[in-house]
Amino acid sequence: MSNSFYREEILDHFKKPRNFGKLQDADRVGRAVNRLCGDDIVMTLKLAGDSGRHKIAEIKFRGRGCAISLATASMLTEMVKGMLVSEIKRLNRNDILDLIGIRLSPTRLKCALLPLEALQTALFDEGRSKRIN
Amino acid sequence: MFDVEAIKKDFPILKRKIGDKKLVYLDSAATTQKPLQVINTLVDFYQNHNANIHRGIHTLSEEATTLYEEARQGVAKFIKAKSPREIIFVRNSTEAINLVALTWGEVNLKEGDEIVLTVAEHHSNLVPWQLLAKKKGAVLKFIDIDKQGNLRLDQLKSLVGLRTKLVSVTYVSNVLGVTNPIVEVVKLAHRQGAKVLVDSSQAVPRLPVSVVGLGADFLAFTGHKMLGPTGIGVLWAREEILEALPPFMGGGDMIREVTLEDSTWNSPPHKFEAGTPNIAGAIGLGAAISYLSQLGMELVYEHERDLTAYALKRLSALEGITIYGPITGGDLKTGVISFNLNGVHAHDVAQVLDSEAIAVRSGHHCAMPLMDRLGIPACARASFYIYNTKDDVDKLIEGLKKVKKVFGV
Repeated sequence: MSNSFYREEILDHFKKPRNFGKLQDADRVGRAVNRLCGDDIVMTLKLAGDSGRHKIAEIKFRGRGCAISLATASMLTEMVKGMLVSEIKRLNRNDILDLIGIRLSPTRLKCALLPLEALQTALFDEGRSKRIN
Repeated sequence: MFDVEAIKKDFPILKRKIGDKKLVYLDSAATTQKPLQVINTLVDFYQNHNANIHRGIHTLSEEATTLYEEARQGVAKFIKAKSPREIIFVRNSTEAINLVALTWGEVNLKEGDEIVLTVAEHHSNLVPWQLLAKKKGAVLKFIDIDKQGNLRLDQLKSLVGLRTKLVSVTYVSNVLGVTNPIVEVVKLAHRQGAKVLVDSSQAVPRLPVSVVGLGADFLAFTGHKMLGPTGIGVLWAREEILEALPPFMGGGDMIREVTLEDSTWNSPPHKFEAGTPNIAGAIGLGAAISYLSQLGMELVYEHERDLTAYALKRLSALEGITIYGPITGGDLKTGVISFNLNGVHAHDVAQVLDSEAIAVRSGHHCAMPLMDRLGIPACARASFYIYNTKDDVDKLIEGLKKVKKVFGV
């Protein structure tokens, strides 16, 4: 019971996050904040390929937050590298739950979904993301 | 000193296991557990005395009315109010404060008037005033806290002036655990002709409160934070103020006479209690007050004070912990201790503690401006009440050591 929530993998991604940082000349930027607890994730990404079949070429995330939000952000960036943008549009909470592999209460679920929200904001939400090109 | 082990036997929920471990409940500032005496009172009411109040002639209705009004008298006596007519039953502290904003505030505030609050208020003693100020064109001013979390009395003097109509402050902070000098605040405010509202949600459960002694004009508190059921709270206000106010909600019971076109109002407190109230809740609150009175609020206060001092000592010994509010015990700090462990988010602290069956709260504690003022996104909070012991504190410390181990800090 004790360590089943914070699995080795989650702690590993929290302590040594992959793709942590900010891309200097990003094509897209997206941010998601959970005002209730202060989790704050910014995704910067570079796209490749022709318009209509864009892929994630490079992706980095920055932010602060709890172990769940940061570990999930790290795992998510690893997962989506090379993915088609159209595939990313279809990602939902079930994909996130599969990714982190633990059962979450409604409160903690918000933490885990924050990185996906930041990513999808970067790609699809004109109002809240920055488009450069 | 009271017998905590005997008290714990009155609380069936404390026998619960979370997973395979016994519950260590350290979240009484969020809500308190209920003794059998209160639970049985609720059951007894519904089993033997249930009827609607104030309107019937039959026996059950008379019994229910008597029980309800006796509860009101019990509340009046508990906070040393002049009369039960100054006790209005509402849903919770939030409703009590909104009642003041929507009646007294509505009538007495005009453009340019000022309301003085603090940076450490619970949202329920902030948002209603924001709504009122926007509606009326009034101005909100905020007293700051010092490094220990104490109210800046020097600022109080400079912020409260001739345009100040109301000073609304918390008695005991639900985050910092600090006890504010209400008597001083009232003196200063009244000198400038301003009224005072005291949010006593964390105070009435923990220390003897006398509205006569405090000298304030309005006082709000809630039943579920003092062994009572949810859905019942109290607004106390001076009778002469209540007489002059317009009604809060309109409906049955708050009227004297009704025609199709118009109505006249009942006297306080009934003027402010429209419709069928939380009858069982009020009676349950009465039982909670009886329970606390039997223990003696002086002893309740001492128990918490001593436990808090012990907890602060043990917490301070942990490396990498930041405690908010006063960090030494004594008269200034009550059993509400907020803290953060360096390198671990409050949610993760609470999650690991939960795996040890320890219940604490984490987040902004309905005080986002205070979190901003402290420069943190969130914090964890452990709070004690009459059924907590030094053993609970020891378990909390062991739990926090485990948090540090899991996260390698």
